[in-house]
Amino acid sequence: MVKRILAIIFILVIGFWIANALAKVPFGEDKMLVGKYYLENVKEQTGAINAVTAVVVNYRGFDTLGEVTVLFIASTGVAALLWRRREERSAEVDGSLILKTGSRVLLPFIMLFGAYIFIHGHLTPGGGFPGGATIATAFLMIYLAYKEYEIDHNLFEPLEGLSGVSYVAVGLIGLAIGGYFLFDWIWQIWEVGDIGRLLSAGFIPIIYTIIGIKVGTELTGIIDRMIKESKEVEG
Amino acid sequence: MSEWVGIFIVALMVLSAIFAVEWRDLLAAVVGMAAVSLFASIAFFFLQAPDVAMTEAAIGAAMSAAIFIFAIKRTQRYESEEEGTGWWVRW
Repeated sequence: MVKRILAIIFILVIGFWIANALAKVPFGEDKMLVGKYYLENVKEQTGAINAVTAVVVNYRGFDTLGEVTVLFIASTGVAALLWRRREERSAEVDGSLILKTGSRVLLPFIMLFGAYIFIHGHLTPGGGFPGGATIATAFLMIYLAYKEYEIDHNLFEPLEGLSGVSYVAVGLIGLAIGGYFLFDWIWQIWEVGDIGRLLSAGFIPIIYTIIGIKVGTELTGIIDRMIKESKEVEG
Repeated sequence: MSEWVGIFIVALMVLSAIFAVEWRDLLAAVVGMAAVSLFASIAFFFLQAPDVAMTEAAIGAAMSAAIFIFAIKRTQRYESEEEGTGWWVRW
């Protein structure tokens, strides 16, 4: 009992100080120097209309590489924990007629929307992570509707690895041309495209396509691992 | 976002979170957890962050709920009754 009371007092003290400190930080005001710098220079320096995307991929590209690595490690961990020699899907019946027909109709549109989100990441809100997750939900729907469906592992797993490698390769090309890792040589040296068109913003669309493919295949792989059960355990 | 809509959405979020913790049927609790993500995604959209709203709807409401449901399928559906008291005693 004494321990719990002490814990509550401790939490209240910590909470009081955190709230006190955060109350003094200006929120949404025009005082943030870094944010102001990004907003003023984003068009000339990166060629992207969407400043959020420009910050994520261009100014903070190395952090995004770290994020992708975290996701890769999570996916590898799931695969390592749930790996069995023989495993197959245990569902006994297909989904209902409505689910089956509906998933057939909706699948191409969901895929197209996911691809649209990551290809147009530099123009409209979105990017590689939402686009890849949207594509993975399309595969989840097919998994729920059809009991025998399974992704083509010979296609998905090499694709996942290849997209991860090509992200690093884009960064290394930047290192070779411009002198630092993830230098945007397409926009800063070649100056391809006009601001506001699809063909612009240097390597942002390329990297977001890579991230979209990587996130989509990884999340689909996690779903595949989770939905299948090993044959021996059964039940 | 007008202030009352915001308060309403946050209230729905808190309500769904309490249900997600309290329900003994874990399948229902997963639905409550997905509802938290869905309302959070609406709140993000009203706060002018549509990219975050899309990610939250896809990951929070769809993917994580599905993964939790697969986990429930492998284990058991109902919470054990050992600690059958309310939230005010359980901590």
